[in-house]
Amino acid sequence: MTSSLRLRAGLVSIALLAAFLGIWHLATRSTAPVAAMSPEYAKLMGLTATQGKSAMPGPLDVGAKLWEHLKRPFYDNGPNDKGLGIQLGYSIARVGLGYLLAVLVAIPLGFLIGMSPLLSKALDPFIQVLKPISPLAWMPLALYTIKDSSISAIFVIFICSIWPMLLNTVFGVASVRKEWINVARTLEVGTLRRAFTVILPAAAPTILTGMRISIGIAWLVIVAAEMLVGGTGIGYFVWNEWNNLSITNVIIAILLIGIVGMLLDQILARFTRMVTFPE
Amino acid sequence: MTNKFISIEGIAKRYPGASGATTTVFENLWLSMARGEFCCVIGHSGCGKTTVLNILAGLDAPSEGAVIVDGQAISGTSLDRAVIFQSHALLPWRTVLGNVGYAVSSKWRKWDRAKVKAHAQTFIDLVGLTGSEHKRPSELSGGMKQRVGIARALSITPKMMLMDEPFSALDALTRGTLQDEVRRICLETGQTAFMITHDVDEAIYLADKIFLMTNGPGAVLAEVVENPLPRDRGRTDLHRHPLYYALRNHIIDFLVTRSKTFTAEKPDHDPRNVPVVHIGKPGLTIASSGEEQRQTRIPGTNPGLTA
Repeated sequence: MTSSLRLRAGLVSIALLAAFLGIWHLATRSTAPVAAMSPEYAKLMGLTATQGKSAMPGPLDVGAKLWEHLKRPFYDNGPNDKGLGIQLGYSIARVGLGYLLAVLVAIPLGFLIGMSPLLSKALDPFIQVLKPISPLAWMPLALYTIKDSSISAIFVIFICSIWPMLLNTVFGVASVRKEWINVARTLEVGTLRRAFTVILPAAAPTILTGMRISIGIAWLVIVAAEMLVGGTGIGYFVWNEWNNLSITNVIIAILLIGIVGMLLDQILARFTRMVTFPE
Repeated sequence: MTNKFISIEGIAKRYPGASGATTTVFENLWLSMARGEFCCVIGHSGCGKTTVLNILAGLDAPSEGAVIVDGQAISGTSLDRAVIFQSHALLPWRTVLGNVGYAVSSKWRKWDRAKVKAHAQTFIDLVGLTGSEHKRPSELSGGMKQRVGIARALSITPKMMLMDEPFSALDALTRGTLQDEVRRICLETGQTAFMITHDVDEAIYLADKIFLMTNGPGAVLAEVVENPLPRDRGRTDLHRHPLYYALRNHIIDFLVTRSKTFTAEKPDHDPRNVPVVHIGKPGLTIASSGEEQRQTRIPGTNPGLTA
């Protein structure tokens, strides 16, 4: 029954995709009338004016271009012309670095705050104020103090991914079941051992959920951050291709951003499943 | 009795209530237990039974008074006093062996893995869970989970066991089997046990002494009822004993009526000298302190059964 449900769902998915591509294809067929013009003028006007081609690329154009990109993902023809693989690599590296730093800060700090009601109360107002700040609002400050656009982007990733992880760690640690703590207490388990053998495994699913939210936000923010700092990365690529008026490449970039975001989320989801325990 | 293994001396528990007032759950509570004795506490909800147990375990501190175990005042928890929790409190990410092994390695930190495993296995076998070592708590039934809890408590070879309604969440059949197991293990190992229960029959079957507590707030230990039934009693023929109904009726009467009215009716109740009730057995006294003991005697009744 479940396999048949999955099969049917898959079929519906494929049908929806086919319908979407079909409508897209029909909507972007050449329709406009072609005005007669001198060949020299026609050269300036481009295909929309000369052949009545739609300004929006169709699925076939995008597919062909995507194939081109996939064939040569890592070419490097100078600052403004790099393969998509390289651009995505830069973005993933920045996200990875900023995210890793955030993990290193948020989880130990969250543990401390979660285990200490005093710290929890004392730091709460700061966290409440800092959390809703758009990570990009930090960008000018980061650029001014760090004086390096690439590191500033990493900093922005760090600052945006730290909050969900921190708050979830605090919550997970603070809400470990009292009876499990009591078990450790009656067994005279020391604070450090208790933290690693009871609190960490008990809070791990909540912490991982925070990490999963964080990686999603980090991937959202990196595109915007790279549009601002420029140079490399998938966000810069999108903006550069917009300046080139290559809507085809913009669409391809959008598709790839979605796929990479999904993969990052799936990786964290798998980790979450590994630490989740049935009760 | 001179042999006071555990002595609760004048403990009180107070909580700050609304508008500056303090709520006193109980105060001036005195209670003692001999080594190897099995004691049950019976009382209505809110009389502070669990608080007494938590104070004995060291999980909670009394507002006043002290608890002396084996000649020493306790401060905090100890591996000498194992707790069996009502909700079994197993760590769900560990297997049966992992849960028991965690306790074992907490007590003997220098033991290597194999030694811990072998020791834990002995106690898993003892509670009859051989074959389920590698199951997680979620794969076990309620009774099996509580067996793991018992194995975990026993594995650290404590001086006493504290049980907070350990069987209340189990079905009657499983409860009976586990009562048998606990009684057998306690008799075999000479364990001192302190158990909270709501089940009068459970108390009669398991306990040597039954502590009756009045209703809270301001609960007092009203009586210590000595169990007149022989030590080799069995669960199935318990009710055939000539003193069974007298004992049971006494406890039920207390729970139904006297637990509410006790403090009003006995204004001269001395919490340091709680009356010891002997059912149908005149002449034998077990005093909770060296001072002169007041006695209450209730004649045994035999409700038409030939014992």
